Amino acid sequence: MNAAVLQSTPETVVQKIEVKNLNFYYGGFHALKNINLGIPERKVTAFIGPSGCGKSTLLRTFNRMYALYPNQEAKGEILLDGENVLSPGQDLNRLRAKVGMVFQKPTPFPMSIHDNIAFGVRLYESLSSREMDERIEWALRKAALWEEVKDKLKQSGTSLSGGQQQRLCIARGIAVKPEVLLLDEPASALDPISTGRIEELMHELKTDYTIVIVTHNMQQAARVSDYTAYMYLGEMVEFGVTDEVFIKPRKKETEDYITGRFG
Amino acid sequence: MSLYARRLLVNRFNLMVSLFAMMFGLFWLAWILFTLFEAGFQALTPDLFLRTTPPPGGTGGLLNAIFGSLFMAAAGTLLGTPIGIMAGIYLAEFGRRGWLAPVTRFINDILLSAPSIVIGLFIYEAYVVHVRHFSAWAGIMALALIVIPVVIRTTENMLRLVPDSLREAAAALGAPQWKVITFVTVRAAKAGIITGILLAIARISGETAPLLFTALNNQFWSINMNAPMANLPVVIFQFAMSPYENWQQLAWAGALLITLSVLALNIFARVFFRNKTPVY
Repeated sequence: MNAAVLQSTPETVVQKIEVKNLNFYYGGFHALKNINLGIPERKVTAFIGPSGCGKSTLLRTFNRMYALYPNQEAKGEILLDGENVLSPGQDLNRLRAKVGMVFQKPTPFPMSIHDNIAFGVRLYESLSSREMDERIEWALRKAALWEEVKDKLKQSGTSLSGGQQQRLCIARGIAVKPEVLLLDEPASALDPISTGRIEELMHELKTDYTIVIVTHNMQQAARVSDYTAYMYLGEMVEFGVTDEVFIKPRKKETEDYITGRFG
Repeated sequence: MSLYARRLLVNRFNLMVSLFAMMFGLFWLAWILFTLFEAGFQALTPDLFLRTTPPPGGTGGLLNAIFGSLFMAAAGTLLGTPIGIMAGIYLAEFGRRGWLAPVTRFINDILLSAPSIVIGLFIYEAYVVHVRHFSAWAGIMALALIVIPVVIRTTENMLRLVPDSLREAAAALGAPQWKVITFVTVRAAKAGIITGILLAIARISGETAPLLFTALNNQFWSINMNAPMANLPVVIFQFAMSPYENWQQLAWAGALLITLSVLALNIFARVFFRNKTPVY
């Protein structure tokens, strides 16, 4: 099965992230089982599957978010541009500068909209205040939020609406100019209009960034992604071009899940 | 009787019992406050804030005691708060692994509920006995020892209310842990931590026992840190037990002053910071 998964990644595109024989453990619980996968560069890749199948867990290994917690352990290899991010010598802060992440719930920091974005940028660059303002405007324009907040950059980030907060978090993520953007169900707490804006955003962002999105919403995966991975019980069941996975999946399980005849 | 009717009856009965329990508690509180206000307001004169404690039968105020109380409470808070905040940060942010944090938390809980007289006796044994005199320093140490566990507890609790998703978001940008803590988590919990400090001040400003064995009291104006220092709780203790009418009057006034300032601190802490903690 794993060989098939590997082959299904088209060879014409550059692979930004290569996952090889990845196993993940929450203490004694084996959450990811021998995952092999290639994430193509400057494309949107979606992870779908029922709750608890390990799609968020897989996403969180790419920036080693799990390292914040005791008793969580990943074994195997995750190559980002050929470099193994799981190796003990990996500088986590440098890795996370390259691999940004947006979470399910909007997480604005308790500071102004301006400082929310400047916080990440200041970690890596010392910009003059004019350059910083330009960077903030650039990031907010990219995240389609500039017009709504340009007159209130000094206001608290927590004062924005949920959809605006989530776009602020995306702006914060892209302001540090990462190469990969991980989105963990970024629209599941948002109304359809905000969801639509975030999906449009993904289309625009993929010209510059490699995007990986975890979603519960299969229509969303079909709309926004170029590649789709279907996971079940910690295993990678099927991975391929989105149109193929949705129109003629190779596996019976995938078809059952996609058509709603799961179980 | 149907099951529903019985449930209704049990519900009414329990509501009545709770109501009486509340009224019982409030009755004594109201009585205490009434007596305090009645006796205290009579003694509330400008002299109270302008003159030092008088000899029996003479006239005077509570200036030295008010100053001593404010000074020692402020110094005790300044000494105890940074230690408490840093320990609280350790427990909440670094205490996820290992045995040190659970042990520290357990000991802190004991310290939190230790009777304050024990703290006073401890400073007496550890410091006063060795330097052979009561002093303002000793009083400050005792008060700081009371502040520390309160601040540790509230700081840890408030930091734990900050959702992990916020820490993850900051860490996901590549921020080192100390930056995540100082710029994001502590900031998110700021209102709660300040409330905890204010409540700690309220707690120590009425403490008598820890000062009885440490700062003791001083009949005169003194700002010497190595000498006994006057303070409201001990003055109230001594004056209220004395047979002299004018001292008893001053004790009432002092009690009213402490009660009012603790009340003001509590109201300030609750009202001012009620809506300041962001909700995630």
